[in-house]
Amino acid sequence: MDSARRGVIRDALGIAIASGAYAISFGAISTAAGLSLLQTSALSVLMFTGASQFALVGIVGTGGSVWAGAATAALLGSRNALYGLRLSSILDRSGLKRLLAAHFVIDETTAMAIARDSAPESRFAFWATGIAVFTLWNLGTLIGALATHALPDPKVLGFDAAPPAAFLALLAPRLRAREPMAIALAAGVVALICLPFVPAGVPLLIVALLVALFGVLRRGQ
Amino acid sequence: MIWAGVLVASTACYALKLAGVSLPERWLRDARIQRTIPLLPVALLAALIATLTFSTGHRLVLDVRAAALAVAAMAVLLRAPFLVVVASGAATAALLRLL
Repeated sequence: MDSARRGVIRDALGIAIASGAYAISFGAISTAAGLSLLQTSALSVLMFTGASQFALVGIVGTGGSVWAGAATAALLGSRNALYGLRLSSILDRSGLKRLLAAHFVIDETTAMAIARDSAPESRFAFWATGIAVFTLWNLGTLIGALATHALPDPKVLGFDAAPPAAFLALLAPRLRAREPMAIALAAGVVALICLPFVPAGVPLLIVALLVALFGVLRRGQ
Repeated sequence: MIWAGVLVASTACYALKLAGVSLPERWLRDARIQRTIPLLPVALLAALIATLTFSTGHRLVLDVRAAALAVAAMAVLLRAPFLVVVASGAATAALLRLL
C-alpha cells in the first residue's frame, strides 16, 4: 500500500475515533430518553446519521411524539441527498455495492472523499472512512447505552442538558455567515412562540416549513 | 410505537441517501433546492436547542438548562472537542441542581 493510502487510513481512523466519542454521548442520551438498548443500537445501525439520531431521541426524551421526532430526523437527513449527488460519480456503479455505499453517505465520508484528486482515491477514502466510522459509531453507541443503563437517575447527571449542547456543537460550524446566523435566531424564536399552542415536536415542523418556503421563494443570487 | 418511529425514520433517512446517489442530477441541481436544503439543518438545530432548553412540556421556562447552554456555548467558542462540549453542558446542569 502506498503512503497516500496509509495517510487516508490514518485520517479515517482519527475521524472514526472522534465520532465514536460522539456516539457515546448519543447512546447515553438515547437511553436516558427512554429508548431500549436495542432501539438505541438500531438507530445507529439503520439510521446512521448523527444529527437525525440525536433529534429523534431528543424529542422523545422531552415527551414529544416519536412521529414528530421521526419527521425531524428525516428533514435533517435531507442534506445527505445533496452529499449523495456530489459522490454519485465516484461511487461504484454495480448494484449491491452502491446500495451499501448509499448507507455510508454522511458528513464525514463526503468530506474525506471529495478532498481526493482522483476517482479511485476518492472511492478508497469513502470506503475507508465509512467502514471505520460505522464500526466505532456503533461501538460508541453501545458503550454509552450500557453505561447509562447502569445509572439510577440520568437527570441527576444533567442528561437533559446534554442534547442542546450536542446540537450547539453541530450548529456552530454552520454559522460562519450573517444569513445562517439570522435564520438560526429566527428559527429558535419561532419555535418558542409556537410551543405553547401545538403538540410537542410540531414547532420543529413549522420551522422547517417556514425555512423551506423562505429558501424556495426568495430571489436567487 | 417507538419501534415504528425508529424504523420509519431510519428508512426515510436511507431513502434520502439513496435518492442522492441515484436520482438524475438535474433534480437536485435545481438552484432553489441547492439553496434550501443547507438551511434546514441550521433552522432545525437552532429550533431544537431553543425548545429543549427553554421549555418543559408546553410551558416556557428559564432554569439551569439555560446556564448549561451558556457554558456549552463557551466550550464551542473555545473550540473544545464534541464530547467536552456535551459533558460541560450536562455537568453544569447537574452541579447547579446540587446547590
